[in-house]
Amino acid sequence: MQAFFSWLAGLPQLVQIPVVVAAFLVVVGLIIFLIEVAPRPGRTYTWVRLGIAVGVPVVTLAVLGLERGAMWVYLLGVILGGGLFWLDARSAKGRGRLIQLALFISPALFLLAIGLVWPTLRTVVFAFMDKTGTQFVGLKNFVWVFSSGSSGGLTSLLNTIVWVIVAPILATAVGLVYALWVDRSRAEKLLKVLIFMPMAISFVGASIIFKFFYDYRQGNQIGLLNQLVMMVGGTPVNWLQNYPVNMFLMIGILIWSQTGFAMVILSAAIKSVPADLIEAAQIDGASAVRRFLHVIIPTIRPTIIVVWVTISITSLKVYDIVSVTTGGYNNTSVLGYEMVRQFSQFPPQTGHSAALAMLIFILVIPFIAYNARSLAKGDR
Amino acid sequence: MTVTPVSRSTRHVHHTHRTLSSPWATMGAIIIAAVWTVPTLGLFVSSWRPANQITTSGWWTFFAHPEVTVDNYTTTMNFVSSRITVAQSLVNSLTITIPATVIPIMLALMAAYALAWIDFRGRHVLFVAIFSLQIVPLQMLLVPLLRLYSGGVEIGGTQIIPSFPANSLGSGFAQVWITHTMSALPLATFMLHNALASIPVDIMEAAQIDGAGHGQIFRRLALPLAMPTIASYAIFQFLWVWNDLLVATIFTSGRNAPVTKILADLSGVHGQQWYLLTAGTFVAIIVPLIVFFALQRFFVRGLLAGATKG
Repeated sequence: MQAFFSWLAGLPQLVQIPVVVAAFLVVVGLIIFLIEVAPRPGRTYTWVRLGIAVGVPVVTLAVLGLERGAMWVYLLGVILGGGLFWLDARSAKGRGRLIQLALFISPALFLLAIGLVWPTLRTVVFAFMDKTGTQFVGLKNFVWVFSSGSSGGLTSLLNTIVWVIVAPILATAVGLVYALWVDRSRAEKLLKVLIFMPMAISFVGASIIFKFFYDYRQGNQIGLLNQLVMMVGGTPVNWLQNYPVNMFLMIGILIWSQTGFAMVILSAAIKSVPADLIEAAQIDGASAVRRFLHVIIPTIRPTIIVVWVTISITSLKVYDIVSVTTGGYNNTSVLGYEMVRQFSQFPPQTGHSAALAMLIFILVIPFIAYNARSLAKGDR
Repeated sequence: MTVTPVSRSTRHVHHTHRTLSSPWATMGAIIIAAVWTVPTLGLFVSSWRPANQITTSGWWTFFAHPEVTVDNYTTTMNFVSSRITVAQSLVNSLTITIPATVIPIMLALMAAYALAWIDFRGRHVLFVAIFSLQIVPLQMLLVPLLRLYSGGVEIGGTQIIPSFPANSLGSGFAQVWITHTMSALPLATFMLHNALASIPVDIMEAAQIDGAGHGQIFRRLALPLAMPTIASYAIFQFLWVWNDLLVATIFTSGRNAPVTKILADLSGVHGQQWYLLTAGTFVAIIVPLIVFFALQRFFVRGLLAGATKG
């Protein structure tokens, strides 16, 4: 496989696309073919099944490029495959079933195991190791995260907390109000698209758009924000230099990009509020504002929470906006950015970076738990 | 975890809401829409102005003295940053994005099929486990994956699997493709499982009675019936990968950088060269915008399904 990728890297980019996609589809086609063959009856197919069960792991290892000094791993593959064959042959629900199942599901499971589960565990271990990842240092990395000053991680942690508090609430609130305002107005489609479009724009693009908007210079201003400040008689400000204004303006970029998401989801929810509920409130003489507060909001509460949680998680992991606007200078670093900065520097601070990643992970969990609980309640 | 609320949208509710969309509400919405659009407009207008004008006068003066040029775009496309031109980085973005969209969807579809239609012990637990992996932030994966690619697999000091190739061209795109594939699998499996599980049992049983095995059912029934969901997820994944900066920063080098990384570099190194940044940003966002406008319906559906996940 290494040889294949080496050869592939030498091809022109646009040729690489069809080649890699075709190679992948050939492999998938082969797997599907084996799945079709596996359950067939007859003695010949018993041998075919044995061939599949033992052959697939061995071939996979060969494709991955097993080193010469590790031939015993092949034996492991043979044993695993043999075990699968044996289990399959004894299966009460018919021969070939387990082999089919394994063929369907093992590619994804294999990638999840080496690409998600294993790295997660390793990062947890790294969080308690020194910068080389070999010496156990206890909680030292976490002490660093909570230590203040320019070299500590506390600034990024506190900033992340501000991001997570401000961005989701404002994006959800603006999205909700906007969804309500445009609901069934004549230009609903167009007005929605204008707010929703930023969803398709990358954080990198959004950050550059706003860097231009926030621009500051001597003499003639080219940033609209400073122009507006001057129009009301103020003096231009170097927005991205001054903390905490710079942070809030960066949060503004996230809000700009996420409001459309909130709006679309909430708009769909508002449209599904039962008519009789609103009619009843109307008959009771409730004003539009009261209907909104006491009928619509309680009805769509679960959706509001889903939106709020989703944006909160996005805010927790933010990286691109900080990277493009300030590069983390002027006290604007956040956990997601600091994590990358710690291991991209020389020497790489793997321990710090792992501790920061773990902190992001830990902070994500309560949001998801809350979301799951609120969804479970809603189902009842 | 229920399906989109839109599907329940009913027509008879509408008149009761009417009072809410008063002229004032529409006015408010128009103001918000204007605030949301003006920054993008400013950059867009600037990208068509002569380079020296962009940095000496505000873009709003353009409307009084319109002077249009395409020079920024031609200069930017041929501008070399980290050994490649911006045009080449767009090709890189495409080269990264298409395989990184096709591969995870296909693998997830196979896993989702097994989870939905092959009965085995621990099926539900496995599904929940895969689905829960969504909560792992990308940041948790970066360093170990980087080490895996550059060091291969080693057990007890013995090299088992060698590292990824690093020749004169860098590592190629393999690392980015694989990383995007792995991190996409949980959500893709979840969404496709929901689509496959909603196929009526009768249809599946009828196919089985006709003598079709799982392989055939997968090809002839599951794949076409899951197409709408595949389309929704494909758009979502395409935009995600195209717009990604984090994975690109860590796993691409030099000549393989996608446009997001080149733009981020430009913004850092040539932060005041707005003729590059304005035009560069627009060539970078034009592809997702086309995808977005052409396939908006699918995109919104994917978004709704993805967001109401538990």
